[in-house]
Amino acid sequence: MTEGKVSMIEAMVDVFGSAITGSEIQCGDQQVVHVEPSNNLEILTWLKNTEGHDYDLLLDVTAVDYGSVPGVEVVYQLWSITNKKLLRIKCPLPEDSLKIRSVADLWGSANWLEREVFDLFGVQFEGHPDLRRILMPKNYSEGHPLRKDFPLRGRFSREKQTELALKQDYEDYYSPEQLEGFGQRADD
Amino acid sequence: MSVKQTIELPQGNLDSGNMLVNIGPQHPATHGVLRLLCELDGETIVQIDPDIGYLHSSFEKLGEFRTWNQIVPLTDRMDYLAPLMYNCVYVMAVEKLMDLKVTERCKVVRVLCMEMERIFSHLLWLGTTAIDVGAFTPFLYAFQERERIYKLHEAFTGARITTSATRIGGMMADLPEGWTDELRNFVETFPETLDEIDSLLTRNGIHLGRTQDIGTISGSDAVNAGFTGPNLRASGIDYDLRKDRPYYDYETYAFEVPIGKNGDCYDRYLVRMEEMRQSLKILDQALRRLPGGPINVDDPRVSLPSKTDCMNDMESMIHHFKIVTEGVRVPPGDCYFAIEGSKGELGMYVVSDGGEKPVRWRVRPPSFVNLSVLPQLAEGHQVSDLIMINASLDIVLGEIDR
Repeated sequence: MTEGKVSMIEAMVDVFGSAITGSEIQCGDQQVVHVEPSNNLEILTWLKNTEGHDYDLLLDVTAVDYGSVPGVEVVYQLWSITNKKLLRIKCPLPEDSLKIRSVADLWGSANWLEREVFDLFGVQFEGHPDLRRILMPKNYSEGHPLRKDFPLRGRFSREKQTELALKQDYEDYYSPEQLEGFGQRADD
Repeated sequence: MSVKQTIELPQGNLDSGNMLVNIGPQHPATHGVLRLLCELDGETIVQIDPDIGYLHSSFEKLGEFRTWNQIVPLTDRMDYLAPLMYNCVYVMAVEKLMDLKVTERCKVVRVLCMEMERIFSHLLWLGTTAIDVGAFTPFLYAFQERERIYKLHEAFTGARITTSATRIGGMMADLPEGWTDELRNFVETFPETLDEIDSLLTRNGIHLGRTQDIGTISGSDAVNAGFTGPNLRASGIDYDLRKDRPYYDYETYAFEVPIGKNGDCYDRYLVRMEEMRQSLKILDQALRRLPGGPINVDDPRVSLPSKTDCMNDMESMIHHFKIVTEGVRVPPGDCYFAIEGSKGELGMYVVSDGGEKPVRWRVRPPSFVNLSVLPQLAEGHQVSDLIMINASLDIVLGEIDR
């Protein structure tokens, strides 16, 4: 069991060299690998498609803002159905460039999960087909709530929040523009 | 007195373009506050954009401002259809991070809770899905049985929905007297109702017509889309955490995992029906093996010293004071722990820096990922099928929006 894990890390280091910045075991049996954010797409593609690894199920994409370190860490949870193995990939992003390439082409499940990370942490996923806010209203202007510098009650004062809520137009919520290319296929 | 009205017919070409129809957010068939923005060509769906977030309560942010035990009440408010399951998985994740082994009795009690919740949640799905295709009777049957589980909730925790029954290292209380007899009574008599519902739906022509070959997804597509739980197994992929990543001695219980073949609404229905029967088997075995002994772990990091000790011994009193005022401390590190929830893989990702509050508490939401496949499943079908497909995914908006 331990040998298999060591060889998996070794194989990753063989292929990607210094893009693998570290690895550790958490809670006794959870394999964690730290990678360079600029290589995330290649590494995840390799993990998904290489025989013997087959991490075919992307369980979760999320992010952590530690507060003590500037920036955000993007976390992928992978599971291999055939090998019954769990793997956690972590990509630390520096505060001044919160962007990483999207894996939505690789896994359909990444689409909404990455939208959520964008919405709550402000991480830009390059190449995402539809990067919009998902949980917060689309005209939400107070920032990204799960960042540590975001106050629990929001950035704006209560007066400002009430004022914005009263000013809202119902068209903000019922607009056909939300559907991309609405009506285009009607002429066929 | 009669009023004559002339109706003016539109002249020239009727506008035959596509139509934009807004379903929800307040609509009984969306099973919560879900809004679906649909572009229709006649009755056929061209594209859908699900709009979520109406129930967003920012639980994950709130969790960062609460001590570890104070998060438990937030978890049952996410999935109000299986609250005990969410209580359990959260503390299980924290216990794994602390490397804390709960007592044997606590383990079996939590298995009882989780399997009871699976039936509880599947019954709501069964009733509301049946009502969506016009069958009213199964809804009433299912809710009568759910009421019995509500009573068990109430007897155990004092609340019907917001149970908050778990604590790090154990449960908030031991099972009340006579509770297991009530549960055993449920396990013995519930199959009768289930058979009745089964005979009303499984071979019912209308139900078959509304569900077979509707919302079909292949196994590989389902994996790619992140499906888990009954939805994934209906597409023929054998992935059940109770078998593949066992926790709480699930490998020692005898039960089978139902696997579907076609991945349509009907297979999702069959898989869930069989899962309820298998959960009854697990409940039966767990009730038989329920051991005695303490329910809470005896570990100075989480458990309070006895009142007698506090009154006689200075160290114990300081210890009591520390745990009550500061809360439990969790060692630095991160942990992803998941169980087979009623709706799919329900995971908790907790990150600690050694303090009394989490740095990050993340829920891996099964319904959120399952719902994201809805456009792919429903496009090309009719509006009435959209309602059926949405119902067959078994979503709960409290957990999607969090």
